[in-house]
Amino acid sequence: MKDASMFHKLHDPGLSAVTVYIDGQAVAAEAGESVAAVLLRQPAGWSRTTPISESPRAPYCMMGVCFECLVEIDGKGSVQGCLTPVREGMSIIRHMGVRRLSA
Amino acid sequence: MQPDIVVIGGGTVGSAIAYGLARRRQKVLLLDGDDGDFRAARANFGLVWLQGKGVGMPAYQALTRQSISLWGSFRDEIERETGTRLHYEQNGGLSFCLGEEAFEKRSMDLLRLHNQRGEGEPDWEMLDRQALQRLLPKVELGPDVAGASFGRRDGHANPLRLLSALHAGILRHGGRIRHRAHVEHIEPVGSDFRLFLGRETLVAPRIVIAAGLGSPELARQIGLEVPLRPARGQVLVTERLAPFLPLPASGLRQTGEGTVMIGATKDYIGFDTSTTAEAAARLSHKTVRLVPSLAHVRLVRHWAGLRIMTPDSYPIYSQSESHPGAFVTLCHSAVTLAALHVETLAEAIAAGSLPESLSPFHERRFDVPQAA
Repeated sequence: MKDASMFHKLHDPGLSAVTVYIDGQAVAAEAGESVAAVLLRQPAGWSRTTPISESPRAPYCMMGVCFECLVEIDGKGSVQGCLTPVREGMSIIRHMGVRRLSA
Repeated sequence: MQPDIVVIGGGTVGSAIAYGLARRRQKVLLLDGDDGDFRAARANFGLVWLQGKGVGMPAYQALTRQSISLWGSFRDEIERETGTRLHYEQNGGLSFCLGEEAFEKRSMDLLRLHNQRGEGEPDWEMLDRQALQRLLPKVELGPDVAGASFGRRDGHANPLRLLSALHAGILRHGGRIRHRAHVEHIEPVGSDFRLFLGRETLVAPRIVIAAGLGSPELARQIGLEVPLRPARGQVLVTERLAPFLPLPASGLRQTGEGTVMIGATKDYIGFDTSTTAEAAARLSHKTVRLVPSLAHVRLVRHWAGLRIMTPDSYPIYSQSESHPGAFVTLCHSAVTLAALHVETLAEAIAAGSLPESLSPFHERRFDVPQAA
């Protein structure tokens, strides 16, 4: 099935296929690719919404300088998705709006 | 334009004085240094603070009180003139106490200071953990927090916006500012002063030296000895968070933009503005003991600045006796004292003599007796 995303995987990851969870939903990925690349392939290809206007932002520079791809990874907030390789079972949560101080 | 008065130093002290002078229709020229200088005004934490100040120096507490009482109207005026918001809030401020012993000690210290003042009602109180928690409903306090002292007159502001507003205010009132203007030498000529800036010279009937740590060398040339040493302070800043800390604390405040500033250290290692991992660890450790959930928040910046420290830590306001018309103004609490500098100090400098209330801050208090 063709998805609605601009991006799709060119090859079958085969043995290096892993499953990660984006906002709790299981998603196929390839070991070693970046969290940002996986996010871009999703039908909702964005990574966070902005603190004030809450408009969506997607990974942009893919090299660690623009900070558009900040997500929560395995419980740790404001992590740069483009600099983080996926691992089996990883939990990725999109940041929605302004960050709050959680207890 | 031939200036009536040249202010040497475009930090928060010099800019406040220049702004106050420009508002009093003096023809002011402000000489600012460059980014190679130690710019304390760019490293400031941003407290406008009274509680705990002036131990052993009642005049300093009085000075601070006076400035804080002027801060609100100063803010209103400069915001109206320049359109720059200073993010000044004066809803009180906290000094956290870790452990019962620290709580008792803080209480005693503030009581001693109150007795030293010897008049007026206390404008601070000790809050136990429960009372503190009521004041900070969105904060889960660490288990070691015994309470805090609460100073009613304390507050905070954005120090960079303050500096920028002062500069804008000077220009608005017809003053001039020159950046990258390094005064190498001052020569008294009759009752005037000739300033040497590279190949250029300027002449002015009055000068104010407010050049921070660069001041002693200049002050010596107009007959004033100002002993100073740099006190390094390091500050950490977090990513922006939804407002959770409604009041500033000494060493922990949430800015109008949402970042949390964490400070500050103090050490004397000379003219060195490098940051250290040791300080970052110490500040982080202390902060997580106060508010454990901050451990999950990202730090985005860490910097060091050099405080302008006199031997007793209190300001220096002097006019040269050998060369009247030349003033020296130095302090490390330029944000708190900004309103006083704009009003009282600029008024006095414009009038040509410093008032009795500033006499405790003359540099002669550091003179070493000739015969010991």
